[in-house]
Amino acid sequence: MAVGETKKATYTIPVGPIHPALKEPVQLVLEVDGEKVVNTDVRAGQVHRSIEWLGMNRNNPVQTIYLAERICGICNICHPFCLVMAIEQAANIAVPDRAEYIRVIAAEMERIHSHMLWAGVAAHEIGFDTVFYFTWRVREEIMDLIEYVFGNRVTKAALQFGGVRRDITAEQLPRIRQSLEYYKNIFEQLRRIFLEDKTVQARTRNVGVLSTEDALKLVTVGPSTRASGVPKDVRQDQPYSAYADLDIKAITPDIITGMVVGDVYDRIVVRLLEVKQSVEIIEECIEKMPEGPTMSEPKMPRLLRLLTAAEGEGVARVEAPRGEDIHYVRLEAGQETMSTWKVRAPTYANLMAVPTILKGMQIADVPITFASLDPCMSCTNRIAITDRATRRTSVLDYEELHRLSVEKTKELQR
Amino acid sequence: MERLSPQAIIDSFRKELGGGFVNGWVYEREVAVKKNKFRSLWVEVKKDAFRDAVKHVFSLQEYPHFVIISSSDLGGEVELIYHFTVYYGHHLEELSLGIRVKLPKSDLSIPTITDLIPGAIFMERETQEMMGVKVVDIPDGRRLFISEDVPEGVYPWRKDETGPQKLLRVLPGREPKRADKKG
Repeated sequence: MAVGETKKATYTIPVGPIHPALKEPVQLVLEVDGEKVVNTDVRAGQVHRSIEWLGMNRNNPVQTIYLAERICGICNICHPFCLVMAIEQAANIAVPDRAEYIRVIAAEMERIHSHMLWAGVAAHEIGFDTVFYFTWRVREEIMDLIEYVFGNRVTKAALQFGGVRRDITAEQLPRIRQSLEYYKNIFEQLRRIFLEDKTVQARTRNVGVLSTEDALKLVTVGPSTRASGVPKDVRQDQPYSAYADLDIKAITPDIITGMVVGDVYDRIVVRLLEVKQSVEIIEECIEKMPEGPTMSEPKMPRLLRLLTAAEGEGVARVEAPRGEDIHYVRLEAGQETMSTWKVRAPTYANLMAVPTILKGMQIADVPITFASLDPCMSCTNRIAITDRATRRTSVLDYEELHRLSVEKTKELQR
Repeated sequence: MERLSPQAIIDSFRKELGGGFVNGWVYEREVAVKKNKFRSLWVEVKKDAFRDAVKHVFSLQEYPHFVIISSSDLGGEVELIYHFTVYYGHHLEELSLGIRVKLPKSDLSIPTITDLIPGAIFMERETQEMMGVKVVDIPDGRRLFISEDVPEGVYPWRKDETGPQKLLRVLPGREPKRADKKG
């Protein structure tokens, strides 16, 4: 029987606010007919921390850089990157060329670690824990490199208005090249695991399909839209910083598979190829990086005075690992804080596609399908199932949902 | 579809909207070593011409990408900027396009654009709850981010008496933050 034709009562399954698949809270209210998802409602806001308000009322712009880093643990370069570019436009601050290249290197390292993290989570969601351990082991290499270059594994505090706070020295280059070699050598192995394995294919092909048209209408961004065949990438379309010097091409799945389906498998293809692309971008950047200063205004009091006196607005966009990130900033003369600060992270746009990609899916496919958008929200571990007829609520915890997903994989392997 | 130059796009808005067009300009900045141009366009329109302006964006590209609505409290009025991008998918050709519309505080309402762009729903819901701008004909007017226990009539992005200041609690032993010195 086709979805929606049934006369049986549908059930509502609230998934979250604490979510099974990923890292931060969001609530998906699934309406299910037996095993099939008929409709989904997304309820966000459980981790709303009023960060924009703090940037407009409490912090001066320099303090806000560190606040912006904490919008997202993983995108701790993308958000401040976007913020500094918007304010540099508003206050007309120049950036030395060397700093532009270091910013791009930092952003690409972040992309490698984010995509590797996602690949591990995806493998875990379909019950492939050996692959999960393997990819996270592979991810450690880039984490070590980030720590070596920027001094910290996660929050790097690398950016400042008009430049970066840390240079990359000539002595550091051999160590960087060594890590890039590591990723080039291991790429073939990753490709075989994720793209040729029959079980991965069975669990991801034709699952969570987002058509090209829907991707465009629902304004999805990043790997999720590229997997649907839309060649949209800020680094290619409206290149900022040192990306403007590089010839970057948006990656769509047909490069490897020759076709676009727009399913979970295609999202894996895109992310995997982007890891390879990031390695190449970092290599190119360290080749081309010009000599020179890394900051245009190293004196903090003078920088703060300049920012307080500035009047203007700026809008900057960055291709974060999950897609296009945008910050809009308005500065008013004489005001220490920003007058307006609007942040839109990529998941904000991608969440709107959730009802579409979950429609018609089985409950056991929900974790991997939702995870395939790489939504950036956090996680604890329970799901409540409400029986609409009896109003009885039973709680299905994360382990139970995960068990369902793993069982489906095992069934397919038989 | 033929691609227009940034200035031609501004001119096409002026021609299309007539008296509804307030002003428009092109922002340019050279980036990195090769000095390629980073460009954004700004168009300000009157409220009556707002829907026509959004429709006109569709004549530039079949599916213009809608990014976000940013809003600023300017005292007597609220400024909304609808951020779009057009001509994506090609190296160095994409342009950011901000459509700016100012609403007096006496009549804070704006028509929905979800019939044109279904993916605008989150942005409209957010603007409605954060800035208190009524989106007329919005298909789903529930709150998006603000939790249900926040009272009605409090709008976090406002800088007037409807702002969230009265909900702030200063922890014992801490000084409340002084108001920003203006001018």
